[in-house]
Amino acid sequence: MLNEARAREIFEAIRRASAADETEVFLEAGRSALTRFANNVIHQNVAEEGIHVSVRALREGRTARATTNKTDPESLRRVAEQAVESARWQPKDPDLLPMPGPQSYREGSRHCPETAQYTPEARAEAVKRVVERAERSGLVAAGVFSTGSTTQALLNSRGLYASHAETKAEFSVTYLDGGSGWAKGNFTTVRELPIEELAERACQKAVANREPKEIPPGRYTVILEPAAVLDLVGFLFYDFAGTAVLDQRSCFTGQEGKKVFGENISLADDVSHPAQAGAPWDGEGIARRAVVLVEQGVLKNLVYARHTAKKMSTEPTGHGFLLPNEWGEAPMNLVFAGGDTSLEEMVRTTARGVLVTRLWYIREVDPYEKILTGMTRDGTFYVEDGKVRHAVRNFRFNQSLKAMLNQVELLGPAVRAAGEEAFEMVVPPMRVKNFHFTEATKY
Amino acid sequence: MKEWAQWALDTAAARGASYADVRVLDARHRTLSTKNGKVGTLSESESLGLGVRVIAEGAWGFAATDQLTREKIDQAAARAVAIARASARVKKKDAVLAPEPMITAVWRTPIDKDPFAVPIDEMMKLLFRADEEMRKVQGVTLAEASMGFTRLEQFFASTRGSEIRQTKTYSGAGLVATSFAENEIQKRSYPNSFGGQHASTGYELIEGLQLAENARRVGEEAVALHRADKCPEGRRTIILDSSQLGLQIHESIGHPIELDRVLGTEANFAGMSFLTLDQLGKLRYGSEIVNVVADARLEHGPGLGTFGYDDEGVPAQCIDIIKDGRFVGYLSSRETAPAIGLNRSGGTMRAESWNRIPLIRMTNVSLRPGTWKLDDLIADTDEGLYLETNRSWSIDDRRYHFQFGTEIAWEIQGGKRTRMLKNPSYSGITTEFWNSCDAICNRSYWTLWGTPNCGKGQPMQSMGTGHGAAPARFRNVLVGVAYAQ
Repeated sequence: MLNEARAREIFEAIRRASAADETEVFLEAGRSALTRFANNVIHQNVAEEGIHVSVRALREGRTARATTNKTDPESLRRVAEQAVESARWQPKDPDLLPMPGPQSYREGSRHCPETAQYTPEARAEAVKRVVERAERSGLVAAGVFSTGSTTQALLNSRGLYASHAETKAEFSVTYLDGGSGWAKGNFTTVRELPIEELAERACQKAVANREPKEIPPGRYTVILEPAAVLDLVGFLFYDFAGTAVLDQRSCFTGQEGKKVFGENISLADDVSHPAQAGAPWDGEGIARRAVVLVEQGVLKNLVYARHTAKKMSTEPTGHGFLLPNEWGEAPMNLVFAGGDTSLEEMVRTTARGVLVTRLWYIREVDPYEKILTGMTRDGTFYVEDGKVRHAVRNFRFNQSLKAMLNQVELLGPAVRAAGEEAFEMVVPPMRVKNFHFTEATKY
Repeated sequence: MKEWAQWALDTAAARGASYADVRVLDARHRTLSTKNGKVGTLSESESLGLGVRVIAEGAWGFAATDQLTREKIDQAAARAVAIARASARVKKKDAVLAPEPMITAVWRTPIDKDPFAVPIDEMMKLLFRADEEMRKVQGVTLAEASMGFTRLEQFFASTRGSEIRQTKTYSGAGLVATSFAENEIQKRSYPNSFGGQHASTGYELIEGLQLAENARRVGEEAVALHRADKCPEGRRTIILDSSQLGLQIHESIGHPIELDRVLGTEANFAGMSFLTLDQLGKLRYGSEIVNVVADARLEHGPGLGTFGYDDEGVPAQCIDIIKDGRFVGYLSSRETAPAIGLNRSGGTMRAESWNRIPLIRMTNVSLRPGTWKLDDLIADTDEGLYLETNRSWSIDDRRYHFQFGTEIAWEIQGGKRTRMLKNPSYSGITTEFWNSCDAICNRSYWTLWGTPNCGKGQPMQSMGTGHGAAPARFRNVLVGVAYAQ
C-alpha cells in the first residue's frame, strides 16, 4: 500500500543515498484486473499488482532518470546512484531548471473503494449476463471488463509533495454474427459503467449490421458517434504542445492566434472536468491549469512545461511529462464544447449520409495537413431522407482533420467517450460534410 | 528464481490447479536519445516480478506480483486459482493443451559486446555526432537520434516439470531528420522508421549501422523532398525496399496468420482474420515465388522473434506459412494447435513482461529471398516507383485491405531510377497484392528487420517481431490514394 508515510519513507531512503544536487522521486503503485471473453466464454482472466519507483537526479546542470520496482533498501540506494551516474555522462544543459518547490493543488478524489475492491466473481457474473444477452439473439460476444486502482506520488528535495489516487472501470463488447456491433465505456468508478446499456447498444448494432451492402466510396456527409470523433481528434493532442510548435512539428506551427477550425469548434484542456480523469499535477508537480486551446475556431493557447514556458516567454500550464524527455508536454484532458443536436436529430435531418459507430487503425498520413487514414468498423450505416436505411460495407478514409473541423455542421452533447486509438476525452457526436471515403472493403 | 517459481507452483497445485506455469522475469532497459544537439531521454529501468498462469476447473486464471516474498507469491498463486474458478462460471468446455515434453534448458542470445557494459558517454557521443551531422544540412529543423537496449533474465517452470532459463538481449538504434518549410513537414529516417533497426544482438549492431556516416544524406533527402513532385495517382508497378516490405509482411501476413485472431479471441480489440480455417492448404495467398516462414530459431538470424523457447516452454521452430504461393500454416499455441489438427504448438506464445500472460505473437515472419539483383530488377522495370521507408500504415480488422505511406519514392523510367517523389502511398487487398509479386531480390539484399512495437491483447502488450525481406516488385498496384482530392 502506497500512502503518504510510505512514499516519504521511500523518498528519504533515496535522498540519503543520492549524491545529486536535487532529487525527485515519482512513485506509482497499483492493482488491476481484467476479465476477457470471446466466443461466449471467459478465455483470459488476469490480475496484477506492482510499484514503480522512478528517480530523477539533477547535478551540476545535468539530469537523468532511473527506475526500479524493487523497494528494499539496497535497491533504493542503487537506483539513486544509477540516476546520478547516468547524469554524469552528458553535457551541461544551460536551459535546465532547478526543481520546483511546494505547490498547491485542487482538492478532490477520483478513488472509489468499491471499484478498487471489485472481485473476479463480480466481473464473471456481469460477463455471464452479457453472454446470455448474446445467446438470446443468436450472437457471439467478445470483450473485456476491467477494474483497477492506482496511487501516485511525486516528491522532490525542495519539499514538493503531490499525490493522487484513482480507480478505473472499463467495459467493452463486440457482438458478432456475420456483421458486428460494438460499444465501450470507461469511467473512474464501476457504478458509472452502464454495462447492460452498452451491451444492448452493441447487440442492436450487430443485428442491424448482419447484411451490409456495398456503396461506392466518395465524399459523404457523415454522422460520427462520440467514439469515432474521439479516435480522430485524439490525433491532435500533441499538436497543442509548446514543444511541438518550437520543434516545428505541430500542425499549428505558425498559426497561433489564427482561425484554424470552424466557428462552432471550441476546446479546452481541463483535468478538473467531472467527466475527466487523471492527476491534477504534471511530471514536475506543477498544478494542471484549465487552458482554452481553441475558441470559436481560433487557436488561442498552447500548453507548456516549465522549461518550454521559459523558452517561449510564457507561464507553465502544468502539462509537462516526467523529465528528461524530448516531447515536453501535452494536454491529456481534452474537453470539446458540444451542441444540442441529438444523434437521432442528426439522422432525421440528413438527406444522404453515412452513420459511423467507430473507426479503426487510424494513422497519420501527413503531419501538417493532418491527413489521417483508417477504417470504419463494427457498424456503418447508410442514411437517406432522414432514416437509417441499411448497413454498408466498411470504408477506408483519407481525411484532413483540419479540413474536417472546418466542415462540422452539427454538434451533439459532449460525453466522456472511449475508443481504441486515443485516450478518453469529452467529445460530442458530430455531423460533418464532405468526409472522404477513398475505398470500400469486401465486408 | 527457481525457489520463487516452485513456491507459486506448489501453492497453485495445492489450491486445485490442474496445470500451472510460472515465469519469473528480471528486465533491464536503457534508453538514450538526442534532439537538436541536446539530451532527449536518458534513463535506466529495471523490473522484477513473477506471473503465475493456471487452469482450474477447466478455466484460465493469471496473477502477477512484484512482491517476491513467500507470503506474496503464495497470495498471487492462490489469486490465480480463484480467478480461474471465476472464469469457469462462463465456459463451454475445459481448456485443453497440446502435449509438450518436460524440458530442462538454458539459452542465451549470442552477443559479441554487452550493451550494458558500454559506457554511456560512448553511446551519447555517437548519438551527438549523428545529430550534429543532420543539423549541418540547411533546412533540417529537427534532428533526432536514439538507442535502446533490453536484457531479460527469465525463468520458466511448469507443473509438468519443465525448467527453462533464458537470457535475451535486444539492441536498437536509429535517427530521423525532419524538415518544416512552407507549410509542409518532410522527414527521412535511417536505417528505418520506428527508431531504426532492432535485433536480438549486442552493441555490435550499433557499431555496424554507421549512423553518423548516413546522417547527412538523411538530412539532405528530408530537405530535398520539399522540392520533389508529388507521387502520382493511379495503377503502377512498384518496388518496395526491404524495410517497407518487412512491415508489409508484418501487417498483411504476420497478423492474419495468428490463430487466436482466426478463432475469434481477439475479436473485440485487434480484430479477426480473413484466413478462416477452411482456407488452410487451399488459398493461393501469393504468386508462386512467394515463400514465407515463421522462424524463431537462431539459424534464421538475430531477429526480435528469435528465442530458445516460447513462454509456454515450447522450443523455437520454423513453420512454413506460405509455400510456393499457397497458404499452409498458422502461428499457434498449446491451446489453439488442436484446432488445426496439430498435435504440438508452433511455439509462438510470448508475454511482454512478468505481469502479462503469453499470447500468440509473430516470431520472425520472413519472405524467403528470390534471385534478382536490385540493379537488374530496376533495369527490368520500364515504368514504376521505388518506395523506401515506412511513414504510415493502416489495415482493416480482418487484415484484408491495407494502405501504406512511405517517406520517399523514386520514379523508374526506362529501367533507370530517375526523379525523387514525395508523399508516396499505395493500397490494396492482401491476396491480390501478394499474387502480383513477380520478382524478389536475392539474399545479398535480404535484411532481418526488427519491429519493436507490435501491439496486441488486453491489457495491451507491446512485442518485438522480426521480418526478413529483400526488395520485391509488385504489378498493377494502386498508388497515391492517400492524397487524392
